Amino acid sequence: MTDERIDPLEGRDPMVIADRSFASRLIVGTGKYRSHEETVEAIRASGAEMVTVAVRRVDLDASKQESLLHHLDPEEFFLLPNTAGCFTAEDAVRYARLGREAGLSSWVKLEVIGDQETLLPDTEALLEATRVLTAEGFTVLPYTNDDLITALRLEEAGAAAVMPLASPIGSGLGLLNPLNIRLLKSRLSVPVIVDAGVGTASDACLTMEQGVDGILMNTALAAAERPVLMASAMRLAVRAGRAAYLAGRMPTREWAVPSSPSTGMLD
Amino acid sequence: MNVEVNGKSREFVSGGSVLDLLREFEIDPRMVVVERNREIVRRDALDLVEVEDGDRFEIVQFVGGG
Repeated sequence: MTDERIDPLEGRDPMVIADRSFASRLIVGTGKYRSHEETVEAIRASGAEMVTVAVRRVDLDASKQESLLHHLDPEEFFLLPNTAGCFTAEDAVRYARLGREAGLSSWVKLEVIGDQETLLPDTEALLEATRVLTAEGFTVLPYTNDDLITALRLEEAGAAAVMPLASPIGSGLGLLNPLNIRLLKSRLSVPVIVDAGVGTASDACLTMEQGVDGILMNTALAAAERPVLMASAMRLAVRAGRAAYLAGRMPTREWAVPSSPSTGMLD
Repeated sequence: MNVEVNGKSREFVSGGSVLDLLREFEIDPRMVVVERNREIVRRDALDLVEVEDGDRFEIVQFVGGG
C-alpha cells in the first residue's frame, strides 16, 4: 500500500497528452549543458520522461563528434523534437517533418518565433503551422504566449496541448501572469503545459499551484551552477505544487485568526 | 560529381546512392535525416536514391535544445 503521508501522488497522477501517459509532469530540454553526460544526469535527476531536442545541420568537418542520440536512449526517454529558431510557418513545418523522420514519433514542440529580441511567438504563423501539421497526423504541442484567444484558436486547430510561456524564453523571470494561466486552464479542454521562463524551484511550484498540467523547462536547469541538483529541486517543486493544487489551499484573510483555542486560558 | 551539402559545395568522389554519400562523409546513417532537393529521403530508401550532379542536400541530426 502506498504511504499517502510520504507521497500521495506516487504513480497515481499521470500527465496525459493525446494518447500517451507520462508519470512525470516535468518536461525538460537538452540545450546549453556543458556536456552530454551532464545533460543525461540532469534529466535523470529531474525525473522527466519527455525531453525536447532540436534539429540542426551535421557539421561535416566534425562528423566524428558524438551525437546526442548516443547518450539519450529512446527506450528511456520520449524525445520531442522542436522547431526552435523557425520564423515562418513553412520553416517550422519543414523542421517538424525532419524531426519526425529522425525520431520515433509524430510529436512536435512547435515554435514559430516572431521577434528575435523577445523570442515571442508569431501567433498567426503558429496557427497556420498547427493546422498543416495536424492535418499531416502530427501531435502538435505549440509554444505560445499566455493569450486566451490564441490558446482557444490553437485548440480548435487541433493542438494536442497548449504551451503558454511563464515569461520570455531563457529569462528565468518566473510566472509573470498567474491570472492568465489560470484563465487558459479553466477554458481549454486540452492540457496546458507552461513552457519557458521558470527560473527556480519556487517558480515551478507556484506555476503548478495554478492547476496546469505540466511544465517544460531547459535553461533553469542548464544554467544553474549545479544543474543536477537544480533538476532534483525542480522534480520536487513540480510534485509539491501539484499536490498543493489538488489539496486545495486555505482561503486567505486580511486579519489574523488564532491557530490555538481561545478558551481554556488561565485567569 | 559536385553536390551541395549543408550549404557548401562538395565533391562526391565515389558516386552512387545517398547512403554512399553518407559513407564518404563518414556519417552514421542511423543518426541523421537527409533532405535531397527539399524532399526527405526516407531512411529505408537511402540506398535506393541515386545522387545526381548538382543535387542539394541537407543532413541534419538531433542536438540539445529546449
